[in-house]
Amino acid sequence: MEIAIQASGLTRKFGSLTAVDKLDLNIPKGAIYGFLGPNGSGKTTCIRLLTGLLSANAGTIEVLGLSLPRETEKLRRLIGYMTQKFSLYDDLTIEENLRFIARIYGINGHRQKARIENLLAVYNLEEKRRQLARSLSGGQKQRLALAAATIHEPRLLFLDEPTSAVDPENRRDFWEKLFDLSDSGTTVLVSTHYMDEAERCHRLAILANGIKRADGTPKELMDSLDATVVEISGDGLRQLKQALIKNPDIISAAQQGVRLRTLIRKSVSDPVTWLQQQTELQLHNRDLRVVRPSLEDVFVTSTGNFQQ
Amino acid sequence: MSILSRISAITFKEFKQLSRDRLTFGMVVMIPLIQLLLFGYAINTNVRNIPAGLLDEAQTFQSRSITQAVLATQVVDFTVSYQSVKAAEQSITDGEVRAVLMLPRDLDQRIVANQNNEATGNLTRQALGQWIVDGSDTIVAGAIRSLRGMPLNELSPGNALPPPPTFEVALYFNPEQRTAVNIVPGLLAIILTMTMILFTSTAIVRERERGNLELLITTPVHSLELMLGKIIPYILIGLIQMTIILGLGRLVFNVPIIGELTQIVLVTMLFIAASLTLGLIISTIAQTQLQAMQMTVFILLPSILLSGFMFPYEGMPKAAQWISEALPTTHFIRMIRGVVLRGASIENLHSDALFLILFTVIGLLIATLKFKKRLD
Repeated sequence: MEIAIQASGLTRKFGSLTAVDKLDLNIPKGAIYGFLGPNGSGKTTCIRLLTGLLSANAGTIEVLGLSLPRETEKLRRLIGYMTQKFSLYDDLTIEENLRFIARIYGINGHRQKARIENLLAVYNLEEKRRQLARSLSGGQKQRLALAAATIHEPRLLFLDEPTSAVDPENRRDFWEKLFDLSDSGTTVLVSTHYMDEAERCHRLAILANGIKRADGTPKELMDSLDATVVEISGDGLRQLKQALIKNPDIISAAQQGVRLRTLIRKSVSDPVTWLQQQTELQLHNRDLRVVRPSLEDVFVTSTGNFQQ
Repeated sequence: MSILSRISAITFKEFKQLSRDRLTFGMVVMIPLIQLLLFGYAINTNVRNIPAGLLDEAQTFQSRSITQAVLATQVVDFTVSYQSVKAAEQSITDGEVRAVLMLPRDLDQRIVANQNNEATGNLTRQALGQWIVDGSDTIVAGAIRSLRGMPLNELSPGNALPPPPTFEVALYFNPEQRTAVNIVPGLLAIILTMTMILFTSTAIVRERERGNLELLITTPVHSLELMLGKIIPYILIGLIQMTIILGLGRLVFNVPIIGELTQIVLVTMLFIAASLTLGLIISTIAQTQLQAMQMTVFILLPSILLSGFMFPYEGMPKAAQWISEALPTTHFIRMIRGVVLRGASIENLHSDALFLILFTVIGLLIATLKFKKRLD
């Protein structure tokens, strides 16, 4: 397996706050690799460290075989970066923005024209080509940003919460484009706080408070979950939840419609029977069922974010 | 090749954005236009028609002739007359008038005594009257003082010849002593200082504020390329402003343009480059557009007051002259006045030209070094 990004002991502090803490990363080439974490977990800082926008306090980084920060300038031609906030020019049209970025990367003449036409077609922006970027919708802006970030056909693409301002349908389309890029050999590193997006990644790391809590394929993460998931149905779920989370063997309980999704520690061998034996909960006439863990369960157990 | 491609990409983009920013585009033309008309007419150091009072205790034919002679100079305008010294002084305190002319009761005797002394060769002369002046404004006071030794031929029609002056004064370049002649080239310097520094200092900070910079610094753009690309459009704007100011100055205020056009453009380009680099340095320090504006004003005020635009450089104390020497505006005002009004060329003004060149080179270096392609 070829490695696109390798980092070890990566640490970055802002004053007394440690935004990224001794992070080790091994990201394979061609993969879509996800950073999943709540706001403030260090996702953006991590991406900025890996693109050379920030310098690390400690640790080593090697991206596409180039060592940072020494070879940052060399790396710039090989990577594309889509910032969290739309960072193209609001007062330029789609076409002008793309032309500007193309020229910055030294793509001129026929090649530029062909490349821009191709991107406009791929990202479905042909009709809006003469429209100012400020008048575009969230989804259009995001597609424009992705087009600009890939104009020079980078080998590695960084996407910082690319879909935060986009509706679900556009999000699905967007991920189709990412898979296309991945198929053509581009490594994609994407940060997100959406579970459904994280589940689409080939591999992902779960970050919380700057620390990597879990790393692997979504399936691996779900299989290795250190808890059993039991769904409880019936009435009065709010009160039941309050009673459940007092028990130290129960990691969390979250209401999902008419069911209460309860995470119970693996140390409890037969969780359904065990639950029914907790007489104070009065669960005998409720429906209890063990279900397959989801990525959200992994996220909740590994980030310690128990409040649902 | 790719360097040129990147610089031109930034320049082109900057032009596009500017052409969509109607207000800024309008200001490029309106600032020089309005300010030139405003200040060209408003600033005048040849003070005329100062409101003054008259306390004529003599009330004779002679006293009225003197009053008429003073009025004829057009320096003052008698708006009030008083009966007592007290009333006259109060009037100055109240700001009703700036000065009061007092002609004493024994005016006629004084004139006769002076004439007798003159006839007998006695050199003693008595003053005929007194001016009380609100001396707080030195320009007004100076104008009244110029009346101190005014000749009064009307009083002695017999010997009409006034005494010959000690010196003849030949006024080169501005014989009519019109203030606008000096103000217009100076105004070019001030307006360029303001717009050039402000435009560039906010240009990069704006990209930082809007988040564009985060994207730009992940691209292969070099800091110097970014700086140069951002500067170039404003050089053109500076030249447009120069054309408006000098052209209008010639048409409306009849300011003579003696120097060659190439010299004027060359000198102006040097100054535009220096001002733009100053703006770039500010843009690497300021985090917000408001901070950039505050810093611009911090530079602009001394540029107006200490550059020789308002007050002559020669009148400043040593320390102020050092500050003045450090401002690009000072050197440009010297050069542009030299070229426009006296037909000097850049070789005659090489020390000022050298300063601006050095300022630009060092400034560009500082700005490039200070501008990090990092977020920390």
